Amino acid sequence: MTSSQRLDATFAALADPTRRAILARLVSGEVSVTELAEPFAMSQPAISKHLKVLERAGLISRGRDAQRRPCRIEAKPLAEATDWLETYRKFWEDSFRRLDALLEEMKVASAKSAKRSMKKGKHR
Amino acid sequence: MTNAAVTKGGGLKVTARGDRAIVMTRLFDAPRELVFAALTEPELVQRWLLGPPNWSMPVCEIDLRAGGSYRYLWRNSDGREMSARGTFREIRPPDRIVHTERFDEPWYPGEAVITTALADSGGKTLLTVTLLYISKEARDSVLKSPMEGGVARSYDRLADLLSTLPTPGEARAARL
Repeated sequence: MTSSQRLDATFAALADPTRRAILARLVSGEVSVTELAEPFAMSQPAISKHLKVLERAGLISRGRDAQRRPCRIEAKPLAEATDWLETYRKFWEDSFRRLDALLEEMKVASAKSAKRSMKKGKHR
Repeated sequence: MTNAAVTKGGGLKVTARGDRAIVMTRLFDAPRELVFAALTEPELVQRWLLGPPNWSMPVCEIDLRAGGSYRYLWRNSDGREMSARGTFREIRPPDRIVHTERFDEPWYPGEAVITTALADSGGKTLLTVTLLYISKEARDSVLKSPMEGGVARSYDRLADLLSTLPTPGEARAARL
């Protein structure tokens, strides 16, 4: 997957409230599908479908234990998604601060060139 | 000098307007002609439109005329790239630019139409940027996520983020 496809998968997986709730549940530790299905008024197959979406997006991984197949959260894709958005927000703040400095420089330069052209004018 | 606090830091205001727009305002201590130049001349744009400190802008192509296009590419010190392109719809120095924007790795659906207005304010320039998105959903994804979302740079902060999301009980209630 490209980083763009990975972000799409992350955002699509996060768009559903049940899947977000599953992730919130997994923050406190590994859980089996049965335990996970309990608080949701949902069948195990329905929960399994959500888990597959989360797994494909790389947001969770499943244990090897064939019986329990415990789910655990994978933080990296989420961190990538939020980092990306934070990058954008900071983008404008930092850019505009830099523009302030550039404009100061441009003001000095234009004042100097105005002086120069006035001097040239006198000589002529 | 009284405007130092406004132009440094806190001067950037971001608000939602109507269903589909975001409006960003910022005061600059320079005349409009200079601000206009800094917004439109590639060698100047490359010096400031960089975002956080570790980013550079190796590609900045601007064909400044109605119907002309532009392309920006940013790269950070880790080699990560981000790029955007679009078309100019209107150019009126020194007070108005209308252009479209689309990121090559889209993070909002569709193309945004961006109107940049520069108003003279006693020798300073009030910059107003209006970003119009194709839908309320597109606008909200831009506005909500970066402004309010918890930012997870570490597991700790990730946990903070998830704790703000609905709990299983709430999610179930929402479905009922």
